This record gives sequence, C-alpha cells and structure tokens, in this order.
Amino acid sequence: MSLTWARNPERVRIEGATLVDPASGQQTDRSVLIDRGRVAALGAPADESPVDRVVSGHGCLLTPGLTDLYASLREPGDGQKGSMASEARAAARGGFTTVCTAPDSSPVNDSGAITSLIRDLAARHSPIQVLPLGAATRELAGERLSDMVGLTGSGCVALSNGGEPLANARVLRRCMAYARTFGITLMLQPENATLAAGGFAHDGRITARLGLVGVPEVAETAAVAEMVLLAEETGVRLHLSQLSTARGVAMLREARDRGLAVTGDVAIHHLCFTEEALGGFDSRFHLRPPLRSERDRQALLAGVNDGTLSAIVSQHQPHDDAAKRAPLAETAPGLSTIESVLSLGLERVAAGELEQSALIRALTVGPAAVLDLPEPALVEGAHADLCLFDPAAEWHPSADTLMSTGKNAPVMDRSLPGVVHQTWCGGHPVHSTGDNAGNGSGLT
Amino acid sequence: MSVVEDPARSIQLTDDGDLRHFLTLDGLDRTMLTRILDTADSFIEVGARRIKNVPLLRGSTVVNLFFESSTRTRSTFELAAKRLSADVLNLDIGTSATAKGESLSDTLLNLEAMASDMFVVRHSRSGAAHFIASQVTPGVAIINAGDGRHSHPTQAMLDMLTIRQHKGGFEGLKVAIVGDILHSRVARAQIRALNTLGVEEVRVIAPDTLLPTDVESLGCRVDDSMQSGLADVDVIIMLRLQRERMEGALLPSEREFYRVYGLSNEKLAWAHPEAIVMHPGPINRGVEIESAVADGPQSVILDQVTNGIAIRMAVMSMAMGGQRATAWNRTGEGSS
Repeated sequence: MSLTWARNPERVRIEGATLVDPASGQQTDRSVLIDRGRVAALGAPADESPVDRVVSGHGCLLTPGLTDLYASLREPGDGQKGSMASEARAAARGGFTTVCTAPDSSPVNDSGAITSLIRDLAARHSPIQVLPLGAATRELAGERLSDMVGLTGSGCVALSNGGEPLANARVLRRCMAYARTFGITLMLQPENATLAAGGFAHDGRITARLGLVGVPEVAETAAVAEMVLLAEETGVRLHLSQLSTARGVAMLREARDRGLAVTGDVAIHHLCFTEEALGGFDSRFHLRPPLRSERDRQALLAGVNDGTLSAIVSQHQPHDDAAKRAPLAETAPGLSTIESVLSLGLERVAAGELEQSALIRALTVGPAAVLDLPEPALVEGAHADLCLFDPAAEWHPSADTLMSTGKNAPVMDRSLPGVVHQTWCGGHPVHSTGDNAGNGSGLT
Repeated sequence: MSVVEDPARSIQLTDDGDLRHFLTLDGLDRTMLTRILDTADSFIEVGARRIKNVPLLRGSTVVNLFFESSTRTRSTFELAAKRLSADVLNLDIGTSATAKGESLSDTLLNLEAMASDMFVVRHSRSGAAHFIASQVTPGVAIINAGDGRHSHPTQAMLDMLTIRQHKGGFEGLKVAIVGDILHSRVARAQIRALNTLGVEEVRVIAPDTLLPTDVESLGCRVDDSMQSGLADVDVIIMLRLQRERMEGALLPSEREFYRVYGLSNEKLAWAHPEAIVMHPGPINRGVEIESAVADGPQSVILDQVTNGIAIRMAVMSMAMGGQRATAWNRTGEGSS
C-alpha cells in the first residue's frame, strides 16, 4: 500500500481561494504557499514563489484543517465497523486534520498500553492526526478510576467515559478530584443513568406515538447540574460532551457566566434532526443522547452561534449493517457522520439557522481551545493543516461514495452542499477530489 | 425538518392505496378504517352460517409468528385464517431463537424458505412488525398482532366494530380509556382509531406515572379523576393492569389502584346511562374492574371477542388482496 502522506511534503500554491480566519470569520482573497509542511507565505510573496503544483481554489473557502473532539474510529476492535485506515481517511475526506478517538474501542482505552497501541496504529494507518481520549473509569464501567496519569503520559489528550454514564456520584466526584490534581481535562456526556435507563428516544411526541421507552430531558439536565456543581467544588476542567437539550445549553451558559471553566459541545446531528427522524422506526437515528424536539434543536443552534457551545463534534459511530438491522430497541446507537459534518453544517448555514463563522469556529479554534492546542490560524509559519472546500458544490452520500466502513450516514437519499476538494495535514495532501488538483499528479 | 412523508403510509399501502400490510393505524384514513369495519361486518354473517368457511385465502399459507406468548389473540387469528381457507402454521418462538443468538433477520430468512404468504407477528419490541415488513420479500403480507407498546391495530379495530354495533356510529361520542396507557399498545391504537373515525372526545384517565409524556399529542384529554373523566361518556374502555407495574415504582398497590380507578357500579353511574363497558382482556377482576360490571348489562366484553375473528378475517383478506394485486401488476409490467 502506498501512503500518499508519507511522501515529502510538496511545495504548493493555492490560488483564488477565499481564506477564512477561523477566530473572527473574516474573509480575504489571497494565495497561500505551502512549503515544508508549513504555510510559508501569503499573498504577493506566495504568488511569486516557484512551486511543484498549483491548486485552483476559485469558488472555494480555505480554512485550517478541522478538529473533531469525538469520533469512534473502531480500532482496536471491530473490523466490521471500521478501521483506523478507513475512518481516518473518511475524516480527511470530511476536511478533518485532527480527530480525537473515543475510548470505546475494544479493548477500552483505559491503560497506557492501549493508548500506545492506538498511537502506533494511527502512525501507520492514519493520514491525519489522531489524538486518543482515555477512559475516565476502567472498562468505562463507572466504578474504578483508570490509570489517569498513565493514560495522559502515553498521549491521551483528555479523559472521557465514552457514552457511558458515571452513575455513582461519589465515583464522579473522586474522578474529578483526581483528574484536577494532574490538570487533566474530563470530557463527559451528561446522562443520569437511572432516569435514562432502558430509554433510546426523546421522551415526547414520538415516544408517545410509537410506544418507545423515552429518555426524558431531565436525564440530561439533572446530570449537567450534578457535574457542574461537582466541577465547581473540585476545580476540575470539565467539558460537557454532546449536549442535546435546550435546558442543558442554558445551564452551561449560566455556569460559564459565573466564571466556571466549563465548556461544552454538540454533535452535528443534533443541529440537523429532531425526534421526528425516528417516526418510521428508522434505526439509523437511534442515538445516545437521543434526537430531541425542534425547540431543543433551535437552542443548540443558538448555543453554537453565540459561542456557548465551543465545538461541533461528529460523534462518528460507524456500524456494520447487522448492528442496525433489528427492531429499534435492539439496534446499536450512532450515526456515521465524519464525512458529512461540514456539509450538514453548511446546509444549516444555507437555511439561515447557523452563522458560517460560527460553524467554522466550532470546527477549528473552538475544539482546539478545549484541548489547549495551539490556535489554528491561516498565518505565515502555521502548520499546513488546511481544508479547501466549495460550499456551493454538491455531492451525494451513498454506500458507494462513502469512504467510512459505516454506511449508517444520516443523509443517503439526496445530495448535500459542501465538497471538500483538498485536505492537507502537515503540508501533505491527505485528501483530494482531483477536481482542483491543477497540474498535480499521482493523487488518489 | 427531517422526515417528510408519513413512513407508516408508504410501507403498508399499495400504490393504489390498498392495504398490503397491516402494521399500524397511523396513516390510514377514515375511508380505509370504515372499509375494514364493513368487510368485517360481512364476515360476521359468514360466522352465523352453518358452514363458516369462505375460500378467499385458499392455497395460501399463514404463519402465526408469536415471539411473545398469547393464547386468545393467536387463537382468533388461527380461526380467522382457517375460515378464510388458508393453511395455518403456528410458531411460538418465544425468546428461544434469540436466546440461541439467532437474530430476528436470520429467523425470518429461515421462515421465508417455507414459502409462506403471510406472517401474523407478535413481538415484545415496538416497531418489530415494521422491521419485519421492511425485511420480507415482496408479496409476503405482515399483520401486526401487537408490537411492544406501539400498536395492536386488530384489537383496536375490533373495539371500533363493537362500538359501531352498539352506538350506530362514532360522531358525537365521548370515550374514556382508563388505566395503564403508558405500556398499552391497545390504547395507542384505540386513540388513533377513535380520532380517525371522528368521535367527539377521547379522555384518558390514569395517574401521571402511567401516562406517556405528551400523551395529549395523540389526540386525547387527560383527566386525573374518574368522576370528571367518566362524566357523560358513552364508552368506557378499561385496560389490563400488569402486576409488574408495582415493582417499577409506578403504582403503590393493586388495592390502591382499584380504589381510585377500578370500575365499580358506583363509578359507572357517573357515565352516560347507556354507556358501554369494554376491556381488551384478559380481565383482572377486582383490580381494574368489578365482577358485577364485567358481567353486567352494560358490558360488551364478549362481543369484542366475537368481533375479533371477523376483524382479523377482514384485514387478512384485504392485505392478501393488496399483495396479489401488486404481484399481478408486477407480472403484467414484466410481460409487456
């Protein structure tokens, strides 16, 4: 297998693209020179330099490569659902250059040895940067603390309990206190285990009609309240993952207004779909947390627009066909989203619900700040992690066109706006549609 | 903003708007429900004859596929299929196949190899009948005999037939449904049927622990008390209360439930004097209903059982007709 990203970084000029500053959303039309893995020059100096290849960016936006705080890349684990190679390539196709891989691998990433294995797999098979998230508790069982120092020492950028709730408040409190001691960030999905028990859909109109076991709003808000209070007491750096309710966002806003170091994110599908998506028992939309009401969706969009929610995540969960082919309650939760995040977001922009600058911020500087990574920016000397996309062009997700092993994508029956033409990671071209490759050759 | 068309409609109706599966009452209009009731009426006449069989399903194989045990529903489906002259195979799968690790899709593949024409399905999971309908080969009809908490459409339709027999129609009727709405596939289907057929009002009477969130969105009014809820109603439907509800902290005790919600002659007096009393069975005497009421002059519970056969004959023959018409069109197109 020839690895395109293993070649020497090329010297490339991107011409005609509109550059978007991810922090401010400001747009400028300038050429960009990529050399030796960095953004070597902008504007006139870039235009004058000799290059190996010129990429046409006409009609396209150029942003820093996107960052995803939460995706299940399925390796080590279930090869039927995906592999480091397939899912990282899919991520590059989606414009991502940095992806945090969830601890829900098999075995669970709850020890430094597993973290090292993941990093090794990523080094060998991933064209982009993969940052492991360690498990906050052993086996994600919510009972015993994981070797937190060992995990972060081996390269975990934060700890998460995957989609599993920390049911025991005493364990949660000790988990936070221990993490605080070592300056470790906890990324936790707020769900009260007993209130959510057995449920797999938003407790509301659809569960009333279809007779499904519901997860009430308070399953999230009770957990947010508990986590925020415990974070305040312990002083831990807390990030609330995948909020799904209007009240949850309001509580996060209030906590931030009080000056607490709490951040939060939302999964892309919660900005795009509601409980109605389950109306025909469509098992693709069996999600955890569940898709909620239109009111919740609007509040989540507002939360991204005003910056209360720092990041939009993919919550990418590729599945094999069998995992979704059963009566709804027996199917596995999750969507295969990583190739569609930007497109689904751009569709909300086109609908006038999401500001384009907020979308780009929540996929770049927002998540980077949560992880204390250097702020992504299109400036001279920056790492050439770049995403060149045409917001108006369309593509049609289908089982044949998706690179992810998981064909459980939310949109499969129509086209989506936003085609990522090129993704560079450290100056290496890690994805290209070929359309704008100019005089380049050999790209796959 | 996500799903546009009614998915229930597209899966269970043919292009001409005829039944090909019978999964839920969602997406079926008043004309269709009335057609089912009228067809059932015609089968009631058949039931009164000495030779009760009609040849509508002769040569067809109907498989009663019960993943959840049931004596009465299965028996009436079996009787209905036999009166339509079908060959009937009863399969009580229980949870054994799944316990052996076989997935529902695999179980189906094996059963389809038996070349059956119709599956009557009961399953403990909401949406199981939809799922099976989405998996079977075209031409095989699926009849939902109860899926989880979602729907029990033949039960609801036999109840509608019983109401029509006793009340002459649906307009202007006030109907109260009492008891465990939350876990009841029967109540969900009844509320839908009553609204589609145009009753004046559906009331549900239960403690909040036994009501789904947003129950009003189904098309009903919530009453906390029996006295206000039963006031002037024409039809009272009592639901069966499962014993395990006490364990989930949904109810304190059967005794307390009976005290507040159990239908006694005293409470029945709050309703319209000609109100009828219904129950999908099996009855828990002294839990949701007093014996004197269950066996009393206003009870139509035994009529419901009789009507069950006619309704099941109606939907089975209609669904098979829809499947045959579709197959006819397919071969017609294929040969032209």
